[in-house]
Amino acid sequence: MARIEFQGLAHSYETAPQGPSDYAVRRLDHVWEDGGAYALLGPSGCGKTTLLNIISGLIHPSHGKVIFDGVDVTGLPTEQRNIAQVFQFPVIYDTMTVFDNLAFPLRNRQVDEPEIRRRVHEVAEMLELEADLPKRARGLTADAKQKISLGRGLVRSDVTAILFDEPLTVIDPQLKWHLRRKLKQIHEQFKLCLIYVTHDQNEALTFADQVVVMNEGQVLQTGTPQQLFEEPSHSFVGYFIGSPGMNFLSCKIQGENAIVENMPIPLSPDTAARARKSDKAMELGIRPEFLTFNEAMTPGAIQVNIIDMADLGSFTLVNARIGNQSIKIKVPEGEQLPDHQGWLTFPPNRALIYAAGEAV
Amino acid sequence: MTLVLQNINRAVDGITHLGDINLDLKPGRLNVLLGPTLSGKTSLMRVMAGLDKPDSGRLFVNDVDVTGKSVRDRGIAMVYQQFVNYPLMTVYENIAAPLKIKGLPSDEVDQKVREAAKIMHLGAMLERRPNELSGGQQQRTAIARALVKDSALLLLDEPLANLDYKLRETLREELRAIFHQRGAIVVYATTEPHEALLMGGTTIVMDEGRILQSGNAVDVYHAPRSVRVAEIFSDPPMNLMNGNVRNGKVTLENDIQLDLGGHMAGLEAGSYCFGARANNLSIKRQTAGDIEIAVSIELAEVSGSETFIHALHNDLSMVIQETGVHSFSLGEKINVYLDPTRLFAFNADHGGLAAAPGMTPEEIKTSPHANTETEVKI
Repeated sequence: MARIEFQGLAHSYETAPQGPSDYAVRRLDHVWEDGGAYALLGPSGCGKTTLLNIISGLIHPSHGKVIFDGVDVTGLPTEQRNIAQVFQFPVIYDTMTVFDNLAFPLRNRQVDEPEIRRRVHEVAEMLELEADLPKRARGLTADAKQKISLGRGLVRSDVTAILFDEPLTVIDPQLKWHLRRKLKQIHEQFKLCLIYVTHDQNEALTFADQVVVMNEGQVLQTGTPQQLFEEPSHSFVGYFIGSPGMNFLSCKIQGENAIVENMPIPLSPDTAARARKSDKAMELGIRPEFLTFNEAMTPGAIQVNIIDMADLGSFTLVNARIGNQSIKIKVPEGEQLPDHQGWLTFPPNRALIYAAGEAV
Repeated sequence: MTLVLQNINRAVDGITHLGDINLDLKPGRLNVLLGPTLSGKTSLMRVMAGLDKPDSGRLFVNDVDVTGKSVRDRGIAMVYQQFVNYPLMTVYENIAAPLKIKGLPSDEVDQKVREAAKIMHLGAMLERRPNELSGGQQQRTAIARALVKDSALLLLDEPLANLDYKLRETLREELRAIFHQRGAIVVYATTEPHEALLMGGTTIVMDEGRILQSGNAVDVYHAPRSVRVAEIFSDPPMNLMNGNVRNGKVTLENDIQLDLGGHMAGLEAGSYCFGARANNLSIKRQTAGDIEIAVSIELAEVSGSETFIHALHNDLSMVIQETGVHSFSLGEKINVYLDPTRLFAFNADHGGLAAAPGMTPEEIKTSPHANTETEVKI
């Protein structure tokens, strides 16, 4: 296991890159701590797979260094980096038994057979694959195959990090829960450095202690799931995390209030003070989860027109309008729903202000 | 167009792919096939499209028997989970292909292609070839080609499964709006309960080649007619507890007791399987009637706004969905609370729904879609 560090890293697929837009990964310094569970989250084309390939050595970065435990490995090929990878589609040997699949990386490294048996059984037990060990891999379900891919990384005692590239794409929802739980338990038990690439915020947030959000080749924010949810530093993060994402309402700042469509919405004194210092275009950002409906007019509540409502089982999603701007509200199952109009409260500590896309 | 399937059966190498399928699909209606992988969703679509022949049963289009007839000229568009595009054509030509075959004037072709490309966020990609696109862009090209055809029957087999999460959110809303505007029969397959609720329309729950239940998405969600339907239509999984009813008391998992009341008051004495969705369990007492359940923490997953707590009560594995961020240490002992008015009860023998939140046993017996008197299997 190791601490992985990027120093002044950048990568372009162009031979003579001109501006920032020619870079798949823009200049970046980052540390992946030993034993951390990380998710690298972003839309397709954001540079997350490029970063993963730079760690594994499949791509040589055009600028900067990759350091494993203080040693510069930038020039080292993949096979000398001791990185295990689990891909979107399971890569296993169909004609081999599950046992032989799991033993493969150890046999390649000339580990003796008793040790191989010990390690394979240990990993198979952890992944609940013991009954499958004598079976050929071909007939197994997608989730069992993906467990084998993971198991092949876990049997090795010399692994620096395990990299996951969208590993649950082909797995059914009910089994995703099971596999995610398994992954978390393995992480708690072994404290491996795990880096998990995904476009799926649910997977990223539930899996990782630290989530790295990328867009257009840039890391926009690194934080715990709670930080990314409650204090997105950038409007893209607010939009990308959460389903549906954060609401943004264009506004002006007057004293302690944000003025949306001529109606004052109270802010926390700190937020208001920081917002008053900026002269850029302002937006008020608030999560659909943090808005609440009041039965009648109360101080600070805003009147909204209800456009439609959708019962989504554990909550109802309400689409509403404030003047010309639309806003979404999540109302938990069992709570009172408004009629054609409603009075909406914005808790001041949840109402954030973004100036030209960045949190004030 | 109307599409009627009568007693359709199909087996391959002795394995049932479709078992006794009966459906009556009306124009302008969205039908969502919900079921796990290998539940028969794709097999059913292939029979609807005329790509596969049923072993027995009949298929009627506009009341004309078309069983075994060729697929050509039936006016069908299909999108597969694994996208198919013409590799040598540009995105524009790929989308335009079915219109050119129809012989539409080129200005009309151009207008339709650009409209579909805009909906699928492909406007900037029209001159590229498929090998210059990401998987998601290729899939969007295939969907756009299906949309321009304006078919009377549009079949989409997990069309968004390989796309980005956020893009899926946007496209779902846009597809739903398009389906609403058209008079076509749309059949849309998914493995995700959340997607079935978001798409709305009729949900047809499938398992092992059979239709377990069909009805309005929300109705099926709130009154699944069997344990299996409840399992398929819950994510995270529904918490299921063995229990029995005796002398006006319910006993769950041998050691949790509550009074028989509310919507369950009419339950006859006997064994049941009781179910509670993860969001109806809490780590805080919500009502005076809440039942306390002692659990030991296995894992807490934080999703930003919510925490999914995986815990054990004796040997029973449970999931609790709690708003806010909560952390626990592994093995920590806590109490969780279950609101009994949110409990489902299923018959222990055949798995049929016996009581649901807001629905008494008597109401279930008379409800056309939740009634379990007829042919329910677990």
